Amino acid sequence: MSAAVAVLVLAPVGGLVFFAAMGSGDLWPHLFANVLPTALRTTLVLLLGVGVVVAVVGVGAAWLVAMCRFPGRRWLEWALLLPLSIPTYIGAYAYLDVLHPVGPVQTGLRALFGLTDPRALWFPEIRSLPGAILVLGAVLYPYVYLPTRALFLMESASLFDAARSLGAGRWRTFLRVALPLSRPAVAAGVSLALLETLNDIGASSFLGVNTLTVSIYTTWTARSSIEGAAQIALVMLVVASALILLERRARHGKRFAAGGDAPPSARVPLSGAAAAAAAAFCALPVFVGFALPASYLLVQAWRRVSAFGLPVELGRWIANTVLLASIATGIAVAIALVLVYAARPLAGSGGGWRAAVPRIASLGYAMPGTVLAVGLLVPVAALDNLVDDAMRSLFGLSTGLLLSGSGAAVIFAYVLRFLAIPIGTIESGFAKIDPAIELSGRSLGAGAGRILLRIHAPLLRPAILAGALLVFVDCMKELPATLLLRPFDFETLATHIFAEAARGTYEDGAIAALAIVAVSLLPVAVVGLSGRGERSGQAFRARPAVAVGPA
Amino acid sequence: MRFIRDWRHAVSVLLVGLPLAAGLTPTGAAAAEVNVYTTREPGLIKPLFEAFTKQTGIEVRATFVQQGLAERVAAEGRNSPADLLTEADYGSLINLAERGLIQKIDSPILNTAVPAALRDPDGGWYALSMRARAIWVSKDRVSDQTLTYEGLADPRWKGRVCTRAGQHPYNIGLISRMMVKTGAEATGKWLAGVRANLGRKPGGGDRDVARDILAGICDIGIGNSYYVGLMRSGKGGKNQESWGNAIRVILPTFADDKGSHVDVSGAAVARFAPNKDNAVKLLEFMVGDEAQKIYAEIDYEYPVKEGAKIDPLIAALGKLKIDPEPLTAVAARRKEASQLVDKIGYDN
Repeated sequence: MSAAVAVLVLAPVGGLVFFAAMGSGDLWPHLFANVLPTALRTTLVLLLGVGVVVAVVGVGAAWLVAMCRFPGRRWLEWALLLPLSIPTYIGAYAYLDVLHPVGPVQTGLRALFGLTDPRALWFPEIRSLPGAILVLGAVLYPYVYLPTRALFLMESASLFDAARSLGAGRWRTFLRVALPLSRPAVAAGVSLALLETLNDIGASSFLGVNTLTVSIYTTWTARSSIEGAAQIALVMLVVASALILLERRARHGKRFAAGGDAPPSARVPLSGAAAAAAAAFCALPVFVGFALPASYLLVQAWRRVSAFGLPVELGRWIANTVLLASIATGIAVAIALVLVYAARPLAGSGGGWRAAVPRIASLGYAMPGTVLAVGLLVPVAALDNLVDDAMRSLFGLSTGLLLSGSGAAVIFAYVLRFLAIPIGTIESGFAKIDPAIELSGRSLGAGAGRILLRIHAPLLRPAILAGALLVFVDCMKELPATLLLRPFDFETLATHIFAEAARGTYEDGAIAALAIVAVSLLPVAVVGLSGRGERSGQAFRARPAVAVGPA
Repeated sequence: MRFIRDWRHAVSVLLVGLPLAAGLTPTGAAAAEVNVYTTREPGLIKPLFEAFTKQTGIEVRATFVQQGLAERVAAEGRNSPADLLTEADYGSLINLAERGLIQKIDSPILNTAVPAALRDPDGGWYALSMRARAIWVSKDRVSDQTLTYEGLADPRWKGRVCTRAGQHPYNIGLISRMMVKTGAEATGKWLAGVRANLGRKPGGGDRDVARDILAGICDIGIGNSYYVGLMRSGKGGKNQESWGNAIRVILPTFADDKGSHVDVSGAAVARFAPNKDNAVKLLEFMVGDEAQKIYAEIDYEYPVKEGAKIDPLIAALGKLKIDPEPLTAVAARRKEASQLVDKIGYDN
């Protein structure tokens, strides 16, 4: 299983190598002289900025909602996930429109100050690097918030109680105990958000920020050189993988499992200014990342609907989108669970190479969607044509494009692209599970499969749900691979939005964009609600251990 | 236990879903259909297909692909369902031809309707509609009645010029033609001059140029002719109408005064088209009077067919004079133009 997944994941890399090898290296001198210096600097600043924003907002909000009590907490705990449903390109467009000199904000400000000339009011330009950091950070922080919150909820509260009983204040407990303990989840979340940033084309190019990925795109489109684009993509892939490995090496050997079965302690009640500050800290990202862009979509969609009614195909787009996304999510989560389980230190002999498989399987996330899709085209179509040739010569019948003609190629692409997400969340959940539990299970005679299903899966439920939610929503928003690999005459919500955006009529895509948001809210609600009540994974901690023995 | 239930549920979704997904779209040739891969926006091209189906009974199934149309057709090989490939710019059409993905057709209808300068000399691709790369100026703040592309580098526009990204195919086309006309060095100087005049970072789309002129960020910019029709017609809403009315459109020429930079959209029959006859029929339909009228009325483009009517909103922009440099010569400079944009740092 592990080996098969590794091979499948490497398929698009093979496709890229195939393209890259067809080209000469003639574009590199030009890139080194004219493109890379600026693109690298831009990319690094963007990554740094987005990294800081998502880490501060994600960890801060997760700590507050998990450990403190303040007005609106229950509501915010759930609402903080909402920005997940906003595709980056939609966020960028909404902000440009709203903050433009002729948009509502500046028009309102001018009216307030009695100004008539649009030039008379100074206002920060959203089409800039800081603007891109704001927009991307505001919609990407849930990648950190979600696993970190899950981790704080799974965390043995006794540790925090112990820290406090030893005299550490709230801040000290947070900085010295919670923060170091949460490192696997924060690292996983931040690297997901950064890879999303690195691979973003829509928002970056729209806001005039020329990242490395935008230059891959330019090499492909303006210079008609897929070979050159594949070469840059491979180099970027190596760099991204190296960074991920480096982070893991730094973490290597440290165990983050928290012992103790203490019942969860109550959340620390906040009052007065502290409560207001906590509520504001959690409400702001919800407003910037969700409320504003979503209201923008609502207004635009309402205008369209009142003028032209609902598009007749809307139901079909939704059905197509949900179908593809849920199949891909199911497959990705199942594969991730098995891979991570097979790679755990206890797996015994042969665990060595299996331990590397989750890393290889995460490669897909380090590739821009367009690049992964093109890389996938080659092996998938080759397989289709191979099967077709065989069937023709054996049975005289043509099977046509079996994989690329059905939705299978898109699902394949989604799984490859987003496998890193459940691997990340499940791994950070695994790190929290005391290996002794498995040993007990073994000693009581349970096999590996039984232990995975009866012990780990229930313990990992928050991590699995978090991973599934992220994959599902990501699949719903995914554009470039869907666009390139989807079957003939098959539209999803995202491809429809893009088709409208391509004409420059983003507003016309508002209905479909709103549908993406609405459908994404369902799993967000499920995950958000599942965290309520059961304050931690501890509720499960004792139960499964009892249920393990041979039935 | 709850997980187990969820898990079983997931498996059942899979078992039901996969065959469903597989069965969604059978491919291959049926009697009366034609399959189109298009980089043109579906909204612009759909009315044409509907009219074709009404006239011939042949059903058109179109798939909108943006980047990677050529790669997809190449990878699918002889099993590709694509019959007709339509592209939004001539660079992509020429790319398809160079990669051997299209086939030659010999159709007297096409050869009569499409002027020789607007089709593949080898009979591969055919232009179907045209758009001029125009200069847009502020109605209130600029009084010039005629301008040249070269004039955009004039220091009097310092801090007043807006454009979309230099690397966008629309601008690459213009820069390539400048190279054909004036050579690489002069083009480099010109582009650096335009860059020095920019009022904001290049980005967004052509319509953003009109909006930024309305907002006073810029006084002058570059934009395609059909966007003017789309904005002023009110089809994009009241806001866009106000952007369109904030600008005055000048159909510029190069310094040699021969004509405007014109780009084309076009189409070609795929090499392994399973419904080749229908594809040719559709292509011939697209240069016919009815389709050319649709191009003009719905898309606000210039028809390629001699004597076909232009939409009043576009006709009001003035008489279009087309620069005579052949498209193939312009396309040959695209890569060089793209590298120049990097070298100048136009988009940075």
